[in-house]
Amino acid sequence: MTTTSTTAPAGQDDDLVVPRRRPLRWIGIVVAALVLINIAYSFITNPNYGWETVGKYLFDPRIISGLGTTLILTVVGMAIATAIGLLLAVMALSDTRSLRAIASAYVWFFRGTPVLVQLILWFNLAILIPAISIGIPFGPTLWSADTNSLITPWTAAILGLSLNEAAYLCEIIRSGIMSVDRGQTEAAHALGMSRTLTFRRIVLPQALRVIVPPAANEAMGLLKYSSVVSVIALPELLYSGQLIYARTYETIPVLIVVCIWYLVVVSILTWLQGRLERRLGVGFRTTATITDTGRWRRWLSPNH
Amino acid sequence: MAIAEPLVKLTGIRKRFGRNEVLHGVDLEVDRGEVLCLIGASGSGKSTLLRCINHLESPDAGRVIVGGEHIGYHERHGRRHEMPERLVRAQRAGIGMVFQHFNLFPHLTVLQNITEAPQRVLGMNASEANATAHDLLSRVGLADKASAFPKSLSGGQQQRVAIARGLAMRPQLMLFDEPTSALDPELVGEVLDVMRGLAADGMTMIVVTHEMGFAREVANQVAFMHQGRIVEQGPPSQVLGSPTHERTRGFLSKVL
Ligand SMILES: Nc1ncnc2c1ncn2[C@@H]1O[C@H](COP(=O)(O)OP(=O)(O)O)[C@@H](O)[C@H]1O
Ligand SMILES: [Mg+2]
Repeated sequence: MTTTSTTAPAGQDDDLVVPRRRPLRWIGIVVAALVLINIAYSFITNPNYGWETVGKYLFDPRIISGLGTTLILTVVGMAIATAIGLLLAVMALSDTRSLRAIASAYVWFFRGTPVLVQLILWFNLAILIPAISIGIPFGPTLWSADTNSLITPWTAAILGLSLNEAAYLCEIIRSGIMSVDRGQTEAAHALGMSRTLTFRRIVLPQALRVIVPPAANEAMGLLKYSSVVSVIALPELLYSGQLIYARTYETIPVLIVVCIWYLVVVSILTWLQGRLERRLGVGFRTTATITDTGRWRRWLSPNH
Repeated sequence: MAIAEPLVKLTGIRKRFGRNEVLHGVDLEVDRGEVLCLIGASGSGKSTLLRCINHLESPDAGRVIVGGEHIGYHERHGRRHEMPERLVRAQRAGIGMVFQHFNLFPHLTVLQNITEAPQRVLGMNASEANATAHDLLSRVGLADKASAFPKSLSGGQQQRVAIARGLAMRPQLMLFDEPTSALDPELVGEVLDVMRGLAADGMTMIVVTHEMGFAREVANQVAFMHQGRIVEQGPPSQVLGSPTHERTRGFLSKVL
């Protein structure tokens, strides 16, 4: 017995691994392709979709104005909801028990009741409270107004949507803030940074990484559920479409138009979300570096 | 020559978490330019004591005096009043702190980590802050890492950046809480080298450490903590070489 091993010099090609065959993957691809072709074929050839009608209504002034309303409700609603949600999140995380209690009561109420009901309540606020006044309780009144003149469909819609959304954003922002390691706050405090500076410059930018994906979900959700404001007769995108097909009975084509616009806006929001996530992810991957360009440029461009 | 006041003077520091008192009256003095190494078993209160010095924890009793100033309290009519946060912050800014887990800001570059506080707390302008930061980075041997992000650095490099970040505030005192405990063994040396350099330059330092070699070589004093008290204190040759207290002997026999 000899131990002279006669390992053949490893041929460069013999040495490569042959990947495992994956027949199921191919079957899956073929099936999916067939289904997609079928759907596309039906889309094109089935006259019930009414593509000419879709074309006719795509830029109809009523649809465009409804789209504008939807965008305003989403953007303004989201902005107000973010401000309130941030305030609530900070309250929920404070050391003061009463502030925590207020925040959790708010979240409990607004998450616990249907937004539809909240909207109707806001719109009919005058029934509950005929006049709104600002002043010192049991003291002089500084300002007052008739509730009916303040609550228009617009103010009711914005109030209802943003106050409801704030409850959800509060929870998202709170979890984002909690995801930041306590050591970050300690290091900032040890450097003499104030609590607000620490929050703004150290904690919030890191929390935003966690906040942005679910918050973008919320924005897209709000975009669509803002259609509930039709109950207080505010014609946003979907309601504008419904008003059209109620008269013309072109239900499917008009709804397709509405969906196309929702999809367009969601696509833009998705793109923005991607840019934002990449921008906020800088430093959390190992190789990235940024260079300073203008403020907004930098905000939107992750690395160049 | 006048008798120099110690830079750091702690008297009777007590600290309670809930009903659990973890510091039972600690006295400690550190002279300007001195290095004090604080040793002791885990849970003996070393971190808490360090955090009382820059008022990250507020002591329940006792006084912390750094550079002649009461930290965290005003003394008026024989009573101590808690200071407004703004004044505490100003005091903290003059005391650097280095943590076991570095705690660099991951979303900022190395340079921004170092310039953030000097610019926003001390009001230094950007060019001055950048120049200082670059100086400090060369001093800790990381001149080429200014635009890197912390994540891309090794633990030893991150800790050196953290030291530079503390030094950028031009502190009169540096606190180190187990600065090398989270590091791979081969990276400990580079951090200790930087600290050695600092000591040689005359920085006053209080270092919580398990590196007995470093303590023996660099420290002017070693203090051994046990269950919330300093039970033995003196020059390293004495405390580490011929400890008189039984607890110290027990501890040293485990770590040496
Ligand atoms: N924030 C805190 N809340 C409650 N207990 C704490 C807190 N920080 C420290 N302790 C307790 O105080 C004691 C001393 O802790 P520490 O100062 O971290 O010790 P060391 O740094 O020597 O390991 C430990 O028993 C620890 O559990
Ligand atoms: Mg500790």
